Amino acid sequence: MSPIPIQLRVVQRVVGVLLTLFSITMLTPVLIGLVYGDPFNSLSPFLGAFTATVLVGLLLYLPVKNHEAELRIRDGFLIVVLFWAVLGIFGGLPFYLYSPLDLNVARAIFESMSGLTTTGATLIVGLDLLPKSILFYRQQMQWLGGMGIIVLAVAILPLLGIGGQQLYKAETPGINKGKLTPRIANTAKALWYIYLCLTIACALAYWAAGMSLFDAVGHSFSTVAIGGFSTHDNSIGYFDSTLIEMIAVVFMLISGVNFALHFAATRSFSVSHYWRDEEFRTYIYIALTLTIVTCGYLYLTQTSEFSKSFRDALFHVVSIGTTTGFTSEEYFNWPGFLPVLLLFASFAGGCAGSTGGGMKVVRVLLLFKQGQRELLRMLHPYATVVVKVGKTTIPRHMIDVVWGFFASYLVVLAVMLLLLMAAGLDQESAFSAVVACLNNLGPGLGIVAANYSSLGEFELSVLSVAMLFGRLEIFTLLVLFTPAFWRY
Amino acid sequence: MKIIVLGAGQVGQSVARSLAAEQNDLVVVDTNVDALKHLEEVEELQTVVGYASHPEVLKEAGAEDADMIIAATDSDETNIVAMQIAYSLYRTPSKIARIRSAEYAREKDLFKNDNIPIDTIISPEQLITDHVERIIEHPGAIQVVDFADSKVRLVGVKVQEGAPMEGWPLSHLSKLLGNIDTRLVAIYRGAKGRGDEKSSNGSTATRQEKNSLRGENKEPAEKPIIPEGKTVIHADDVIFFMGKRRDTTKVMAQFHHDEVSCKRIMIAGGGNIGLLLARKLEERYEVKLVEMNLERSQYLSSMLKHTQVHTADAADLDLMKKEYIEAMDVYCALTNDDEANILSAMLARKKGAGKVMSLINRPAYVDLIEDEMIDVAISPQQITIGALLTLTRQGDVVAVHSLRRGEAEALEGVAKGDADTSQLVGRCISDIKLPESASIGVVVRGDKVMIAHHDLIIESDDHLILLITDKSQINGVEKLFQVGFGFV
Repeated sequence: MSPIPIQLRVVQRVVGVLLTLFSITMLTPVLIGLVYGDPFNSLSPFLGAFTATVLVGLLLYLPVKNHEAELRIRDGFLIVVLFWAVLGIFGGLPFYLYSPLDLNVARAIFESMSGLTTTGATLIVGLDLLPKSILFYRQQMQWLGGMGIIVLAVAILPLLGIGGQQLYKAETPGINKGKLTPRIANTAKALWYIYLCLTIACALAYWAAGMSLFDAVGHSFSTVAIGGFSTHDNSIGYFDSTLIEMIAVVFMLISGVNFALHFAATRSFSVSHYWRDEEFRTYIYIALTLTIVTCGYLYLTQTSEFSKSFRDALFHVVSIGTTTGFTSEEYFNWPGFLPVLLLFASFAGGCAGSTGGGMKVVRVLLLFKQGQRELLRMLHPYATVVVKVGKTTIPRHMIDVVWGFFASYLVVLAVMLLLLMAAGLDQESAFSAVVACLNNLGPGLGIVAANYSSLGEFELSVLSVAMLFGRLEIFTLLVLFTPAFWRY
Repeated sequence: MKIIVLGAGQVGQSVARSLAAEQNDLVVVDTNVDALKHLEEVEELQTVVGYASHPEVLKEAGAEDADMIIAATDSDETNIVAMQIAYSLYRTPSKIARIRSAEYAREKDLFKNDNIPIDTIISPEQLITDHVERIIEHPGAIQVVDFADSKVRLVGVKVQEGAPMEGWPLSHLSKLLGNIDTRLVAIYRGAKGRGDEKSSNGSTATRQEKNSLRGENKEPAEKPIIPEGKTVIHADDVIFFMGKRRDTTKVMAQFHHDEVSCKRIMIAGGGNIGLLLARKLEERYEVKLVEMNLERSQYLSSMLKHTQVHTADAADLDLMKKEYIEAMDVYCALTNDDEANILSAMLARKKGAGKVMSLINRPAYVDLIEDEMIDVAISPQQITIGALLTLTRQGDVVAVHSLRRGEAEALEGVAKGDADTSQLVGRCISDIKLPESASIGVVVRGDKVMIAHHDLIIESDDHLILLITDKSQINGVEKLFQVGFGFV
């Protein structure tokens, strides 16, 4: 009997396959680069990265290619984690190999991880001057990350003879509105089509609003993925266009909604069910309330005149609240509590089952309702009060899971905050950096407001791990650190 | 001896039958007429109908001049009261009671003549737990029994194919063991015994016997062989050997090659026995306990420190899969339900568990399943009866254990007297007039454990440990231990 309850060879096989497939995505930037006439030294990193990645992938896959076996839950967890970690690392190869960027290993990995986890924090300065191949690669990484490449893999892997049921479970612990269609592969395909359509619609809209084709496609990638990477240092602010900003708001909002609702819309051709979903309503109310507060405060402090206040407020509330991370203003210089308010908004993040980050709106909603329940029970000890979301009663156990999740979230946050401060970072920057990465938001405050280029390797490594924690919703990664995971 | 047995349940009946076969004067008491009817008609025993603890009933059963009363009713309290009355009114010399509840059995000072006058408590649950624990300590063993304050161990083990001793004559064993001395006291060879090796006393099944066994009705599948130096060991033989306790593992390794220490145990059934066993084992092994009832599970969880308690049906396939049944070294089915035990044990075996044990109350089932899918059948009756019978042996017999479902017995007796009065003292082993099916395995003198070789001379106060494969010859053995008139 294997000493640990993991089928290592099966895991190795899956990772090998995924890595090999991932290597193909390093070739599309080459095509883009050729189209736009990029110099060869911006194409060779991708060829080099491709070669290395595909070789390692095959090296992992071929020795064990016959080890097909049913994945157990633990194998699933390990695969999901290794997947993000390994792809995050290999994704940094092009950055590392492109000498003008002059990124060492830790920095290359940070940028790659930020792309793949759709965080959107960048340490590259001078984006406007970079060749199109590099820029495209960054945007593409976010787009791929957005769907949780796992879901993509779940649609393809069954064809390769690898079961995917457990991987879906591993990706979203705690809250699960149930599978959309009985077969997991069909679910994945359906989600992917919706995602693709949204991307195309967004790209067309951006293009019609005045972005160049390259920018339109690139930004649509990072909008629908709720990533936040831009091809310009000033992010969306570069375009200085209310229309573009509002298009972004619309698509960010849509992408932050549970894709199950989108799926239902495509089946029933109606939109009434959106408003019936309590999480959706909460999501909209939060956005609305924060916009009003932000707009009001900006106006009252005479930071801007009313229409600009509204435009900036709406844009940043949605961008930061959904954890996209686009900016159009130096919001970190906004008066009073606004920057921190926005940062806090990212804790709620997007809805469960969307490409957004953060703890997810439904969890925040649940915790809030649980708090209400306890207050009520203090007043009425005999009362039987049940927590409901919409029409569904949430079982006690599920609420316990969410509390556990919340507690773990805070512990991880605290530990990382202290680590960064130990490395010398000031409190504001440390706190905002951890929050921004843990929530997969992107921009922070203090010295990480514009970009992360001034941080050292240690801080960047800690933050890379934070991004991973965030993307994997804490437990998926944390469970690997418990002894029980490695024991029967 | 005149013996009264209170309670005609499974234990009561079996004990009565056993004792009657040895020419004792038996009276059985129970409230259930039907239970007594069988004993009265078939076994021709005297019976009394009534409450075991009522003085009149005891009187009618002959308590006034009984030598021994055995209380084996279903109720601990009835047993205790009956004993009290037997003492107070009738001053019965020997009082033995079965007390199931650990709550009573735990109090060491409780059972004295000033308090509750019971001479010997038999706690079946404790006995079973000890029994199972011993088997777990020796994973290849089918039965493990201790003598002489646990200095001597008698082990029954099934010879594995490819084991070091397979195919060799017994004389080869001493070469493999070097200094370690051991005595093989019996070999049981199945009808499917390979080849037709000559063996002295027993016989391999002839073709005729094989045919009849394949078809219908029943004779014992194995005949015991008294081993000699030239007896060849075959795979699937069940051999019994005796020796110093600490040498057991090394000897076993010659017959069973994966004497790998067991690490992981799964117990099905969180009743008294399950709980006791889990408590005993959880310090040294990784234990999983499966219990169907949620409230009971919670109680178990609170009473155990390192055991994983699972709430599920014992035969739940999904549970077995999720808890890595194939990594379990031992699976113990200990629920109250024979059928559930047998089925879940067979399922566990099928799904890859190592050694599979099952508690089986009904004797008929024991015969049916052992040797097939289940390694060890634990019969509470056998174990309890063995303990009871120890106390009813005449002469200086210290301990008795039933083996092979009651066909054979191992006993420990003390040789008293001197060369004139005793048939044992002063004689060589080879000179002692043992019945044909008996053999002396080990002699314990003080703290010294000596294997009984032909030339060993018995001294007074020596403890002799013997095995008898034909119980009908037991009187012959008992007589040997009796001391003649010359000794005061």
